[in-house]
Amino acid sequence: MAQATNFGFGEDEAMLRDSAIKFFDDNCSPDKLHGLVAADSDVNRSNECHWQQSLWQQIGELGWTAACIPEAAGGMGMPLVAAVALAEEAGKAAFPSPLISTFNASFVLTAAATDNANKTLAEIATGRAASLAITNEKGSWEGSDTDVEFIDGKLSGTAYFVQDARKSEILVVAAKSAAGVGLYVVNADSTGITIEADSIIDLTRDQAHITFDKVSATEVAAAGDGDSAINQAMPSILCITAADMVGTGEWLLQTTVDYASTRIQFDRPLAFFQAVKHPLVNVMLAIDAAKSLTYNAACAISQEPENGEKLARMAKSAASDMAVFSSSRAIQFHGGIGFTWECFVHLFFKRQMHNQVLYGDAKYQRAKLADLLMGKAA
Amino acid sequence: MADTAPANATATPTDTPEQAKFRAHCQQWLATNHPGQPTVKLPQGALELSDPAALAWLQAWQKSAYDAGLIGCDYSKETGGGGLTNCQAIANHEMLRAKTPYLPNIIGLGMAAPTVYFHAQDEVKQALLPKLLSGEEIWCQGFSEPGAGSDLANQQTFAEKKGDSWVINGHKVWTSLAHFASWMILLCRTDKNDKYNGLSYFVVPIKAALGKGVTVRPLIKLTGETGFNEVIFEDLIIEDKYRLDEVGAGWKVAMTTLAHERGAGMLTTPSAGGLVTEEEKGTAVNSAAALIQLAKDSYRDGKTSADDPVIRDAIMQMIIRQEGFRQNQRRIGAKALNDHPMRLPLQFKLVATEIGQDIAQLAYEIEGIGSSLNVTDANAPGGGQWPLAYMNSFGITIAAGANEVQRNILGERVLNMPKSK
Repeated sequence: MAQATNFGFGEDEAMLRDSAIKFFDDNCSPDKLHGLVAADSDVNRSNECHWQQSLWQQIGELGWTAACIPEAAGGMGMPLVAAVALAEEAGKAAFPSPLISTFNASFVLTAAATDNANKTLAEIATGRAASLAITNEKGSWEGSDTDVEFIDGKLSGTAYFVQDARKSEILVVAAKSAAGVGLYVVNADSTGITIEADSIIDLTRDQAHITFDKVSATEVAAAGDGDSAINQAMPSILCITAADMVGTGEWLLQTTVDYASTRIQFDRPLAFFQAVKHPLVNVMLAIDAAKSLTYNAACAISQEPENGEKLARMAKSAASDMAVFSSSRAIQFHGGIGFTWECFVHLFFKRQMHNQVLYGDAKYQRAKLADLLMGKAA
Repeated sequence: MADTAPANATATPTDTPEQAKFRAHCQQWLATNHPGQPTVKLPQGALELSDPAALAWLQAWQKSAYDAGLIGCDYSKETGGGGLTNCQAIANHEMLRAKTPYLPNIIGLGMAAPTVYFHAQDEVKQALLPKLLSGEEIWCQGFSEPGAGSDLANQQTFAEKKGDSWVINGHKVWTSLAHFASWMILLCRTDKNDKYNGLSYFVVPIKAALGKGVTVRPLIKLTGETGFNEVIFEDLIIEDKYRLDEVGAGWKVAMTTLAHERGAGMLTTPSAGGLVTEEEKGTAVNSAAALIQLAKDSYRDGKTSADDPVIRDAIMQMIIRQEGFRQNQRRIGAKALNDHPMRLPLQFKLVATEIGQDIAQLAYEIEGIGSSLNVTDANAPGGGQWPLAYMNSFGITIAAGANEVQRNILGERVLNMPKSK
């Protein structure tokens, strides 16, 4: 089946994206962001979760969480490129919110495709924040690997590396029983749930390990069906993460270009010197390839899903390498200022560091891709 | 990659009725008129052509494709074109899918034709473009000089007005295909006092003037192949009608040439497959996907290259870069996903040539010590095409503005950074 030449990014998607650009311009300038998440530079500062819940409520009213949820489940049924565009803009603002985690939870629920999953999707469509509790202590991205068990109708065990856990109201938990891995939905404030925040480098997000002690939960994918739902959603999750990196990378590029064009040394702006100019052009090339690969993968997931996984792994690989490159050059070319806490660049640098390893770094994606395209090595 | 989404697939839903009809015509014609395997040995690309028999075989192919309307589709009928709108890209795509040979008049189609089309008098256009598009007359480009490489505006070749004619003296170098060319697009100086506004642009009938003011001498490339030349002008007299645009407007006209050369022009350049060997055999130079089969068939340090995790990772990197490049070309058409209209078009030459070079270098590693064998050695893996492709790749990372110059252009024109001069 042929893909649309415009990646399926039509007028509705462009309108939604433009509303996001305005929203972030109005509400999340870098200096406001720095004041919100980086007011305290003390290395022993308390591990608080800094975000603006009021903005999240507005996002719910704008319908962003409903955008890519199927109409049958109460959403707007837009193609994945719509969420990709929103994630790209959120990355450009390094926006602290559960937007990405909520998208990713909704992809897994959509893949599960049960009545109970649809009921949860309908809640997300109204603006309730969600997150996936599907990763084990060893940080495996395989759908079949979880340390949580489902025994006698109750969840027990610990889920690790849960994204934006303290901002989420709903948890989608992968848990294993004799019949295999199933998916279960719980409210994050349910009795028996302990959320222990990780102390993470990225100041624009939060992450936690969550312990379940005999917690009652609603089954959204039967035991044995959960890992396939996760694996089916993974290409979408990779696209969203890549889109966040593309947006963050673009902010780093433009900000560094501006700085290098105005900072004078040796009587010249830094960007006069090709030792600075050419690497910044290389950053642009890396961003553009990652962006095109991300929209391509997102379009394929909607229009030719059989190619979704390999194209999404290409996108995440390109975006992860670009994340390192765009952020390292931004710090380096900001010089001594770039190495300080007061310079905004570190917020975006750290967001890229987080994105780089989330759901598997570039080398991991390429190893998976090689198995898909070449067969396993002997 | 053949097995991932092509930028434009067969029944593209966004084809206009004119495009859809034209695509069907291309598919139909190609199904019965593919020239088949060449009856002569072809070099890897048109810029390496040195055998007149190879040229003649390719010219026959270009002529038949032209006669069928697959070349020059978007040029006006008066200038020998098809009079269609945005159909060349469709013909190119169908020729690529049909794995047709490349077109020999590469400089004519890519650079001379759009420049003549946008800047020459009607009489000259109508006289020259039909035989350019058909490939009957080969064209070359007289831009570079011994002292004007990256600094292109430093032209010293001089055209002096005498009556109604111009007298040309000077020295052009690295001139591909001049040994076969009937015509040259020529950038030269008409005013020694103004670097940029002292340039003018001509089309020059060089074959007709051989021995009468024009000398073409072959240069030997580092590969030992010929294909490019130096061209000496000694009191060559040409008519004023062969001047393009105004006297002193040469730099502006050259920008039209360079925009098309770098893949950022108004008109799509006709191009055919160029896959003289097949991706599946692992010998299609310039294809990252071909590296997979190559690695399965190659030994490196005594082991199958495809089982080496480092090689696997490197192949995936190349496949991802090439797919990213292809998807960039697709994204150019999605206006809502472009913040700056020239940001992607101006990357074309830079990115394409570096990917080609890096694919060839990786193939060289995949083939292990077998890579040491030259094309002239009967035991060379894949006929020695990959090492040759690697060596030849420097031609295009240097030509058309060295890639270092491309980075300046992108930095200054797209990112608005201060000029490095």
